[in-house]
Amino acid sequence: MNKLKEKAKELLSSGAVQVVVGYEEGTGGKIRPAFVSRPEDADKLLYNADCHHNLALYLYKHETKRIGKMAVVAPPFVLRSILILTTEFQLEEDSLVVLGVTPEEELIEFANFKEIETWVNQHPIGMKEKDREMLNRLNAMSRDERWQFWQNEFSKCIKCFACRGTCPMCSCFRCTVDYNAPQWISVGSHQLGNFDWHLMRAMHLAGRCSVCGQCGEACPMDIPVHLLSFQINEDIFKMFGSRAGLTLKKESLLSTWKSNDVENFIR
Amino acid sequence: MKLIKKEDLPGLYGYLASAGKKIFAPVRKNGMVSFSFTSAFEEIEMSYIQTKLSAKAAAFPKIEKLMKYTIQKEGQSYEPYDVEKFPGIVVWGAHPCDAAAFHPLNAVFTWETHDKYFTRRMENLLIIGLSCTSHDEFCFCTSVGVHPGDTKGSDIQLTPLPGGDYLAEIITTKGEAVAAAVPALFSPAPGLNKEELVTSVEKRFDHEALHAKINGMFDHPVWKEQALRCIGCGACTYVCPICSCFDIQDEGGIFGGLRYRCWDSCGFGHFTIHTSGHNPRESQDTRWRQRLMHKFSYQPQRQEVFGCVGCGRCSRNCPVDMNISEHLTQIMAV
Repeated sequence: MNKLKEKAKELLSSGAVQVVVGYEEGTGGKIRPAFVSRPEDADKLLYNADCHHNLALYLYKHETKRIGKMAVVAPPFVLRSILILTTEFQLEEDSLVVLGVTPEEELIEFANFKEIETWVNQHPIGMKEKDREMLNRLNAMSRDERWQFWQNEFSKCIKCFACRGTCPMCSCFRCTVDYNAPQWISVGSHQLGNFDWHLMRAMHLAGRCSVCGQCGEACPMDIPVHLLSFQINEDIFKMFGSRAGLTLKKESLLSTWKSNDVENFIR
Repeated sequence: MKLIKKEDLPGLYGYLASAGKKIFAPVRKNGMVSFSFTSAFEEIEMSYIQTKLSAKAAAFPKIEKLMKYTIQKEGQSYEPYDVEKFPGIVVWGAHPCDAAAFHPLNAVFTWETHDKYFTRRMENLLIIGLSCTSHDEFCFCTSVGVHPGDTKGSDIQLTPLPGGDYLAEIITTKGEAVAAAVPALFSPAPGLNKEELVTSVEKRFDHEALHAKINGMFDHPVWKEQALRCIGCGACTYVCPICSCFDIQDEGGIFGGLRYRCWDSCGFGHFTIHTSGHNPRESQDTRWRQRLMHKFSYQPQRQEVFGCVGCGRCSRNCPVDMNISEHLTQIMAV
């Protein structure tokens, strides 16, 4: 990863960017997001398979944007998130330098977002084996068993909204749960309130999830909340043949109508 | 100082349960240890470093029902929940940090107004403390004035002995009443130095010095630097044994419903938003500053308590490793 450090130093020294958003070693053996503004601090940047945070989250926050132009260390799931956010008008190409990192821990530089689009289409990423197994297990359950499974999982929820906070696609300045006139979603972390929240979030992510799994990683109560979005992602692929984060075309899957869309859900 | 044999602990549990107490204790389930209401002694995990959620829910549950209300042609009426019917709760096996945390929590709920729901739960609370024989790198109790063998807050304090028995210290009159009801369970303690039985947690900073310093740091650039990676969730505040902010909600239909209070968090962007749309804490660094200033500046100033007992839960559970003791150590160094 020396190339990454060198590149970060170069970008910061030349003034091409004011901050590099990347990963560093945290406490207790954890990896955490890092914000490097001085060339001499670039040595703390690292990248390996344990870097799970989806840094695309920071690219549109006013707290980070006010530092200046950014470079971001981008594993494949961040690259896909960048494309989704671009199609949703949350990111502008000239405001960002993307330092791609491959699963082989190699640095790839992209001249423009079009090159990112080409690269992610050539390098598909799948679900982790553990998540695939869990989804298969859930799909093999009866509807009642699945209901029981999620009831048990959501009973642990404390509504800390770490799943929302850590997700780049939860880019709304004001989330539906934060509205109180009317109060769409119950505020309290009771059974109904927890279900309201997780199902609403899953529906809002339909067709927009980059399958990074960070919402599940972030959950302090170990709820595998990412599986809801993963399953919807699979359903959407079956129905519409597309996956989020592979195109720069500004057409959101579920708000775009096409004459050849499947409509077999209308009965 | 007394001794309680490990085979007698179920007897103590049985006595408290038969006295009608609900026993809130660390339980290992789904790979995590959390305080839960138990129905048998066997469910309890006596050997743990830290639970996921703190014990505060025994007095400050994540949802506290306040009253039922009805709205009719003839007028409105409301019926508060009867606090006299609250069950007695035993917090069983709380480490010294958790036991000590009820004091600052109480300071909030009895500051000017005595909150009747909270104070009733506290009156009914019995705390059986459990000294720490191990800790991890997130523990920093000694930096904020708590020690792994502290008895503050506990009614009875147990300290594990190498053979599996426990030293039992009877601390309060509530504790004495329990010990007097089941005297056969307690025997005289062997001559042991308790300090040698508990773990030793390195002191990283001095909380009084921190208080003196942080008071003048409102405009310091450190907040912006530290808070950059903060994602603005409420995990740190909800696992915290002292964070006490709450929201009040009415839920129901046209003709009536329920009013409850539930946990809220200063980490959320909309926590302080005004009706006008103005938000006095418009960026995450101002929210992060509030969290630390509240615990180490405002609470000591106004209520003479510190808002932190060094349990380390916020650091263990933060999705982006906002490690509080690391940040406080940095604050002492700038």
